[in-house]
Amino acid sequence: MTPAPLVALVGNPNAGKSALFNAMTGARQKVGNYPGVTVERHAGRLALPDGRPVELLDLPGTYSLDPSSPDERVTRDVVTGAQAGERLPDAIIVVVDASNLDNHLRFTLQLIALGLPVVVALNMIDLAERDGLTLDSAALARELGVPVIPTVAVRKRGIDDLKETLADLVTPGAVALRPSDPVLHADIATLQRRARQIAIAATVSETPVRRWTHMLDSVALHPVWGVALLFVVLFVMFQAVFFAGAAPADAIASGFDWLAGLVKDVMPDSVLRSLITDGAIAGVGAVVKFLPQILIMFFFILVLEASGYMVRAAFLMDRIMASVGLSGRAFIPLLSSFACAVPGIMSTRTIEDEKDRLTTILIAPLMTCSARLPVYTLVIGALIPNVRVLPFVGLQGLVMLGLYIMGVVGAFVVALVLRRTVTKGASSGFMMEMPKYQLPRVRDLAIGLWSRAEIFLKRAGTTIAFTTIVLWAMLSFPQVPKDSPVSQVNYSVAGRIANAIEPAFRPIGFNRDIVLALIPAMAAREVSVAALGTVYAIDTSGGDDETKMAQTLHNRWSLATALAFLMWFVFAPQCISTIAVTRRETNGWKWPAFMVSYLFVLAYVAAGLTYWLATLAGL
Amino acid sequence: MATTLLSLEHLPQRQRATVAGIAWDRLSAPEGRRLRELGFDEGVGVEVLHRARIGGGPIACRIGRMTVALRRRVADAIHVSPDTHG
Repeated sequence: MTPAPLVALVGNPNAGKSALFNAMTGARQKVGNYPGVTVERHAGRLALPDGRPVELLDLPGTYSLDPSSPDERVTRDVVTGAQAGERLPDAIIVVVDASNLDNHLRFTLQLIALGLPVVVALNMIDLAERDGLTLDSAALARELGVPVIPTVAVRKRGIDDLKETLADLVTPGAVALRPSDPVLHADIATLQRRARQIAIAATVSETPVRRWTHMLDSVALHPVWGVALLFVVLFVMFQAVFFAGAAPADAIASGFDWLAGLVKDVMPDSVLRSLITDGAIAGVGAVVKFLPQILIMFFFILVLEASGYMVRAAFLMDRIMASVGLSGRAFIPLLSSFACAVPGIMSTRTIEDEKDRLTTILIAPLMTCSARLPVYTLVIGALIPNVRVLPFVGLQGLVMLGLYIMGVVGAFVVALVLRRTVTKGASSGFMMEMPKYQLPRVRDLAIGLWSRAEIFLKRAGTTIAFTTIVLWAMLSFPQVPKDSPVSQVNYSVAGRIANAIEPAFRPIGFNRDIVLALIPAMAAREVSVAALGTVYAIDTSGGDDETKMAQTLHNRWSLATALAFLMWFVFAPQCISTIAVTRRETNGWKWPAFMVSYLFVLAYVAAGLTYWLATLAGL
Repeated sequence: MATTLLSLEHLPQRQRATVAGIAWDRLSAPEGRRLRELGFDEGVGVEVLHRARIGGGPIACRIGRMTVALRRRVADAIHVSPDTHG
């Protein structure tokens, strides 16, 4: 059996390739309104009108076959057949943004010159029309010498026509159109001129461009109002995460309490019951209750990406980023890292300059990701007095804000140092296409949120459940003999390990319980909350709800210890996924090892300084 | 018609102009290539839409039907002649 024909979707960044991929295959590939959403290849299957299967490849957007960033290299290698493990495509669908013809056509000409069968999807034709641009797709097809199908990928318009044309292209023996235009193999400037001629020939009428985008940009990019707007947007985002997320979080927490109570009612007191209530339910529940906050965070990030505002934020931040040797482009991955560093680090692939990209990867874990929220919330709630320092400004909120700011300031200082030492190099530039504003589509947002919720719950159900259960077992065995003065935790395997390591952490104010929580938290930061929950549930035999846990923390931790613990979490690289994705993105262990070591040193020093200063201040 | 050449960096906001030439030697090879890819070339219509900040932030300009953000150092290497009408 011969394999299904392979068809590659290629085009300039932000031409709508992923939307077209989703429309053709029914897949749920992430789409966004900024150049560089797709950073690696994605494959899907679709059936042609005659029933034949086709394998479709969604490739990262690129401006030419001369790649300048790692994601663009993938695209060139696939369409030239140089990509290892990938066969040469049988046909190419060139996705072209109808509003940006003269620019996108140059790359189209380069692709046609490769000699593979080509069909052009004239995408986002509706936006071009709204923009006052009337195009003649027949004229365009004539000029290019390949079929041209007008499409609106997000509304699934033109998809059937596209599939029919594709069916002709991948039919064995079908004669591919091979234009023998010598211009096609010319240099980029000649290609650009030819592209412009074609664009003019295909344009029926044209009125001034992008009225809406210009009006919005005159505010969003304004030297004063634009910056003010960016701060308002970020402020609203963080407020929403903390306040709108609180009520559903409480509801989830009481749900888990109810579940634990139910188990306690139906099961006799036994080791198994303790495993289920103290281990699994208490541990997983302590983490799952943060799902609403994490989703709110991702909601904002997705809206910023889909609307096109993210690029404006990058524009405004470029000056500040330049002062630490980065470009505005790095702002997008860094802002995403507030939700999670893993997608943040992956999106650094759009950064062309290698040193720039590496620096961004290395500082991304310093952005306060949503996994730190459970840790911060618990410790702040337990040990920082709930008083108002100003009307509407609570001390607890202020400490939380301070931790976020610490992360950002830390990242900037580290970037500054790295750019002068290990990632030394000429300052890179900032050149970026700014897309039109678009209203985010509810379906795309829903898909984005759903997949994040899925990842989070899966992690809570596997990694976190597993580590808490292992920790529970290590804390419960061997069981302390009756009438022994030693507590169960100290007698257990985990307790003995923690007691052995604890001296290393004593100088920075960490007690045995914290050391116990830090070890399993290497898997993921949230685990430390679950772990503390398990430690105290076993130690106090009973009481796994948050109020009791906060009470326990309050009794056992000094304020200085709590502050040191929080500072530790600002810097410490406690996340296996981040380390793994850094290894993948930097092709080796050198940089993740460097990242982990510098972050641990920073965490130790910061926690220690905090502890000593707080102790000196008499806290 | 006495058209004066000036750099894109100094072109007044919303003043339509045409790219007269680009000082490629003042740009690094990848910068120059990316600039071409974004459509900068002699004879193309260009206009400065927004300037980020006093103090050297990037500029946003229209090139063809696209809006592109550039740092000022790069904009300084692009010579334009303002259109006499418009």
